[in-house]
Amino acid sequence: MRDLIRFFTKNSFVFIFLFLLTISFVLLVKNNNYQNSKVFNSSNFLIGNLHATINNINGYFNLKEENKELAEQNARLQSSNILSFTKIFGTTVIIKDTSYFQKYVYSSAMAINGTTNNRENYFTLDKGTLNGIKAGMGVVSSTGVVGTVKNVSQNFCSVMSVLHEKNAVSAKIKKSGYIGSIVWELGDYRVAQLKDIPNHVKLQIGDTIITSGYSLVYPEGILIGRIKEFYLPEGENFYTIKVEFSVDYKKLSHVFIIKSLMKEEQQKLEALNDIAK
Amino acid sequence: MIVTVFKQVVIFFLLVLFQGLILNNIEFGSYVVPFLYVIFILALPFETPNWLVLIIGFVLGLTIDSFTNTLGMHTSATVIMAFCRAYVLKLIKPRGGYEFSSKPTVQMMGLSWYFLYATVLVFIHHFFLFYIESFKISQFFYTFGRAIASVFFTMVLVLIVQLFNYKPSTKE
Repeated sequence: MRDLIRFFTKNSFVFIFLFLLTISFVLLVKNNNYQNSKVFNSSNFLIGNLHATINNINGYFNLKEENKELAEQNARLQSSNILSFTKIFGTTVIIKDTSYFQKYVYSSAMAINGTTNNRENYFTLDKGTLNGIKAGMGVVSSTGVVGTVKNVSQNFCSVMSVLHEKNAVSAKIKKSGYIGSIVWELGDYRVAQLKDIPNHVKLQIGDTIITSGYSLVYPEGILIGRIKEFYLPEGENFYTIKVEFSVDYKKLSHVFIIKSLMKEEQQKLEALNDIAK
Repeated sequence: MIVTVFKQVVIFFLLVLFQGLILNNIEFGSYVVPFLYVIFILALPFETPNWLVLIIGFVLGLTIDSFTNTLGMHTSATVIMAFCRAYVLKLIKPRGGYEFSSKPTVQMMGLSWYFLYATVLVFIHHFFLFYIESFKISQFFYTFGRAIASVFFTMVLVLIVQLFNYKPSTKE
């Protein structure tokens, strides 16, 4: 027994090392699987607030551009307002139409922290459970797709960015309607790949890529980017397409969190298919 | 003693904030990220007990991880680096051992000694960090390039910090 104790005290350095290393590997593996470390992430109270303060200061430097973007968006919304339409024929009657339901609700938020240079990038937003944010909601900016809410704390939420290896977005070529998926890989934060587009589709540089609406996260028709270059690798049935994002993820600040009102209904229905199998 | 500890704690927080808020946002073509915070482990006095170095490394890594949402990544790399520090110090011990109350700085130990000491440890840290991050053997050379380039930039920053600490008047 005494020898054993002596053995431990003599090699305490190595044991402490192995102990700490095990803890950190456990953290690493756990964190990578679930991403639900409650305390030590940037949506925790202390660091979240710190980033919020810093962002508050940084915000002043971008006010001009922000205002411009918001003004443009206001103009767009204004022009789709019913008041900006005039009746062409005096005889038309407005009928209250019950065949339309609201499907998505947008709420605005600010990005207070974020990365673009890692293999798996996240943004932190200043809205949390108190604002009704839940994991799995989509996030877009006024210029395009941003990501999916992953972790939520009381006042903050972290968003798995489109710039994340495991975050594939279901996308559509606006012109032809073919559906593929947008996948980003480490490297240039402005460019992603559009996969699964078969070789008979006609493509052009500059074609607009939008969300398909197949995933339950984003509504259909939100801008993702434009085709920057494409080619057909020899012997392949699918194109290699590079898409330039419409959003500059380094300058992200105002975003919208999308709540899909019919998500649960659709999920329930689709779950029935699995049961039938 | 208490003053030294207090000073170290202040330096710790300044370094963490500097790394978390400024350096993490600096990048050269999304390829290189300098991790200056490891200088805290490098600069600990020689007589710091080895177990304390390990624990400091663990806490340091954990704090940095909190900023980047990469729990465990920096922690493991820093713990490994803290572990290796003891052996590196033993390996490159000058003849006659380390003087009491001396610190591993360029001024006290000389540039070539410090350069060797810092490069080896920064190298170990960055390699573990980048390979844990990529976790893929298919991108071996890409990750290797990232690590080497980042080691270079971290070392430049470490040496600049050493330059600031240089006090000509106290030189014997």
